[in-house]
Amino acid sequence: MKLVIERRDTSSPLLRFGAPVVSIVIALFFAGALLLLAGVSPLEAYREILYEAVGSLYGLSETLVKATPLILSGLAVSLAFRMQIWNIGAEGQIYMGAMGATWVALFSGMENHWLLMVGMFSAAFICGGLWAGVAGLLRARWSVNEVIVTLMMNYIAILFINYLIYGPWRDPQGFNFPLTAQFAEAARFANFFDTRLHSGFLLALGCALILYLFMERTIWGYQIKVIGSNPQAARYAGMRTGASVFWVLFLSGAIAGIAGFSEVAGLQYRLQHGLSPGYGYTAIIIAWLARRSALGVVIVSLLMGILLVGGDSLQMLWQLPIAFVYAFQGLILFFLLGSDFFIQYRLKLVKGIHHG
Amino acid sequence: MPELLQIENIRKTFPGVVALDDVSFSVAPGEIHTLLGENGAGKSTLMNVFTGLYHPDSGRMYLNGEPVHFTSPRDSLSRGIGMVHQHFMLVPAHSVFENILLALDKVRQVYDRKHYQQKMQKLIDTFGLDLDLDTEVWKLSIGAQQWIELIKLLLRDCRLLILDEPTAVLTPQETERLFKVLRLLQEQGKSIIFISHKMREVMEISDRVTVLKKGRSIATLERGHFNRETLAGLMIGRDRIPEWQRNMQMSEKIILDIKNLSVRNDRGLADLDDFSLQLKEGEILGIAGVAGNGQKALAEALTGLKEVSKGQIFAGLVDITHSTARSSYISGIAHIPEDRKSIGIAPDLDVADNLIMKSFKNSFFRRGIFQNRSAIRHNAEEKISRFAIKSGPEGSPVRYLSGGNIQKVIIARELSEQPRVLVALYPTRGLDIGSAEYIHKVIVDGAGRGMSTILIAEDLDELLKLSDRIAVMFRGKLVGYVNPRQTTREEIGLMMSGEKQDQQP
Amino acid sequence: MVEILLDATVRAGTPILFATLGAILNERAGIINLGIEGLMLIGALAGFAGTFYSGSSLIGILAAFAVTFVVGSIHALITVQLRGNQIVSGLALTMFGIGVTALFGREMVGQTIGGLERLPIPGLSQLPIVGRAFFQQDLLIYTSFALVFLLWFFLYRTRTGLALRTVGENPAAADTCGISVSLYRFLAVTTGAGLVGIGGAYLSLAMTPMWIENMSAGRGWIAVALVIFSGWSSGKAMFGAYLFGGITAMQLRFQAIGTDISTHILQMLPYVFTILVLVVSTIRLQKGSSQQPQGLGLPYDREDRK
Repeated sequence: MKLVIERRDTSSPLLRFGAPVVSIVIALFFAGALLLLAGVSPLEAYREILYEAVGSLYGLSETLVKATPLILSGLAVSLAFRMQIWNIGAEGQIYMGAMGATWVALFSGMENHWLLMVGMFSAAFICGGLWAGVAGLLRARWSVNEVIVTLMMNYIAILFINYLIYGPWRDPQGFNFPLTAQFAEAARFANFFDTRLHSGFLLALGCALILYLFMERTIWGYQIKVIGSNPQAARYAGMRTGASVFWVLFLSGAIAGIAGFSEVAGLQYRLQHGLSPGYGYTAIIIAWLARRSALGVVIVSLLMGILLVGGDSLQMLWQLPIAFVYAFQGLILFFLLGSDFFIQYRLKLVKGIHHG
Repeated sequence: MPELLQIENIRKTFPGVVALDDVSFSVAPGEIHTLLGENGAGKSTLMNVFTGLYHPDSGRMYLNGEPVHFTSPRDSLSRGIGMVHQHFMLVPAHSVFENILLALDKVRQVYDRKHYQQKMQKLIDTFGLDLDLDTEVWKLSIGAQQWIELIKLLLRDCRLLILDEPTAVLTPQETERLFKVLRLLQEQGKSIIFISHKMREVMEISDRVTVLKKGRSIATLERGHFNRETLAGLMIGRDRIPEWQRNMQMSEKIILDIKNLSVRNDRGLADLDDFSLQLKEGEILGIAGVAGNGQKALAEALTGLKEVSKGQIFAGLVDITHSTARSSYISGIAHIPEDRKSIGIAPDLDVADNLIMKSFKNSFFRRGIFQNRSAIRHNAEEKISRFAIKSGPEGSPVRYLSGGNIQKVIIARELSEQPRVLVALYPTRGLDIGSAEYIHKVIVDGAGRGMSTILIAEDLDELLKLSDRIAVMFRGKLVGYVNPRQTTREEIGLMMSGEKQDQQP
Repeated sequence: MVEILLDATVRAGTPILFATLGAILNERAGIINLGIEGLMLIGALAGFAGTFYSGSSLIGILAAFAVTFVVGSIHALITVQLRGNQIVSGLALTMFGIGVTALFGREMVGQTIGGLERLPIPGLSQLPIVGRAFFQQDLLIYTSFALVFLLWFFLYRTRTGLALRTVGENPAAADTCGISVSLYRFLAVTTGAGLVGIGGAYLSLAMTPMWIENMSAGRGWIAVALVIFSGWSSGKAMFGAYLFGGITAMQLRFQAIGTDISTHILQMLPYVFTILVLVVSTIRLQKGSSQQPQGLGLPYDREDRK
């Protein structure tokens, strides 16, 4: 007997929607095993995560706070995905966006709230966009692998931010800590309900809506879809694929840059270390889980927000490193990829060769 | 006579298609048994079942009377069954030696290079082939690559050789040489399954013929019991190949003038070399030539997909040599590409979105930067009914459509703007007879309205049937023109192999 | 001075060299592995922990190989057997590696081990300039020299190597020759992962004999870029790895002497250089005949009807 693989004629909707759920459950199981190995009771840990993230109004607001940069960077990565471009550099683009916004907030001399908001937004948009645009240009012009370039740009971005906050931008009154001065009130978002939830969340939802309309209703979105589905066909239909690659990566980086803007204007009020604890990497998972939809990005970001809030509390309770969340995310991806197989194929037993 | 290989009641389905349905077939030692059938009749699928590449859903297979189940080509190869695939299983970046060595059995881990080189060279000399073992495969002609495939099998002492349309890539002269080798092998007691849909070759080489039609084996005939007419009748299911009533409205006006065109490929070699061609208004100009002699480059240069390194293309009086695909289209050139899935469609989008791929910027389909979804939907509804496209539920991706329906989507898109010139590259390859005839009809109807067509096809019958003139290509050059009503297949064959030149246009 | 710098170059280049060789083995079989960074971390932690508990660096190295071999089989299973997206699976592997090592590395933070000893080769180690860099090194560096040759010999002079290259170039061709595409790919991915793991172990056993969270610091990604730079050949991979080793060594040297340039800016050098190298080698790749395995990144589905 031998096991062979066959392509399914059709994939049932039950399988298609059930598989991701099952993979997350299995990932939870395996992550639990890891926790157990690390000396933490998984059941307690999961209860703690849920309790912290959705057990109270405050917890819920914290989840939304975490979801904000995730939605934005998730949208950024998923936009590039639509064209089969891998923007692994959202992390660096978040930092560069934050840098642009910080520059406007601290050094532009503007004082009017709305002027500052527009200025910070634009600076973040352009800085994030240009940062990703480097990879876009290299990819469009010479087909240089954008995965590696965007990733290397992350390291460079974070080192550059370090350079700024240890050097020229360091707050003179900051007791030599590596951080910039605090933003003035006028350069901050409004907060809601006495929580840390800020207007950035609405900004993120707005971006999701705009991106949805952009992809599904405009001729640019249409071109991105064609190029993403089959670049050769797009070229054959007369679309300028090279320019599109650049602009999509630019836009993708710009959206990630907005996430940086939202973090400094809504939460941190300054540029500092750990501005993003890997939102840009989580964004890749979000984009992959959400497949093609902007709404999907919002939903998955909320789920990941729960995980991050929970992860924070695990860190405080059991001194678990926050990077543990990565292991969990990696596991989710593994099982999701595995489940794709069973959506597309089935296994069948056949008789083996007859040796007479 | 005891059969070497016998199969009974084989059935094999693919998503949405029954590729083989209750097929039985056998081949005797020392026999050349032809499998005859139209494109899509299931010939290649059946062969892949023999070699274990595909697993049949049901049915039995016997080798020398013993039941066998092959689960991989390794199984069948170990039992002496070898196949030359239509798409060669070679590694272009590796040398001839490396390609052959890989196929050999019981090669030591650190092998004796000299020993194997001598062994291969001996076989090459036996058949009088012209092959250098150290050359990388990508540098060789398609015909030479096929010899490599054959040598691979012979060095493994295969008893049964399966050749999947081996002559599709050969000139008539090269085909003769192949047949000589096959007869030699037959004398050595080898069995050969020969797959073809070219009647002439089938008549010449076969001891027995089995006709496949729509996945069923409908007849097996011994030599002496078949002739061209009976086979054609069985294969197509009609007594006569229909003749189109061409209205010969072709004018003498030159609508497309290609002057001394040269196009280089990725490797820097000339795909088109000083190539000239004139297309007249309202004519169907067939392009004959062995695959790989520049046809694809010609189509791509005409539609702006490939850069022209030398020469000029004129559409009427307009020089369109250096335009992108878009402006070529505006100049009125439509294109049915060779590989429809790889460049003709965006597989993840639905029919409606695929239909506007070239015209999405037209004011008809948009309002400013936004798409006009209702216009796009109406356009789709109209095209789907006019071209009889079976599109599945609305919004389902084109990738799930059958080959014939995908081709119809492309044709609907390309012909909807009333183009003046159509460049069609193998437009009926791999389609069922109904779809192929429909596409012939579209081309002929277009010619009736004054559309000029450059029809590139590999099947001489198709070219002879449709064309007003036939231009023959060889190694990127124009060999000459022939009149399909006056020429012979032999004449075209000689021109295709570059041996005969100079015909009046 | 030159001697010391050259020595530092080789030592800094070695982890990248192992990782690049492992990645080449993966890609020669047609599988892209973006999990190199994660595998290096896992190798680094496994190597350190193995040495710490056993007291023997040899056992540490074997542990690094074994653990990454097993973890690499996740990527192999997903990309080969389950035909999953190679890029996503690799990224998942990197995340998994970062997370898992952070979790299990907690107990190793701050611990110390002996580190790898230098084993001078009599005679050769006294050679001027190159003696110290190439013949006064530790076991792993000598192993890496041998590995560069062995990988070349395996790929170009053995039957299995030819089969492996064919699997990467044209899996259908290999399949019809009776070669098990999935077995070859699986073993190439896992063995490659094991080599990457040894590269990681070099970080925690020799370069800085301790465990630090996320200590690979992007070297895995540099290795991924170097695969393209090397044109999938082990000899050029060695050259590329030492190039990066040289840059790292120089950057550290600059920091040590103390310059006006911020250390943060100096630390960017390897990453900026990676991008430059990638651009140059990609352009070169497009000009010459392509050395990239033609089946790279594509899952093999025998019954796929195109």
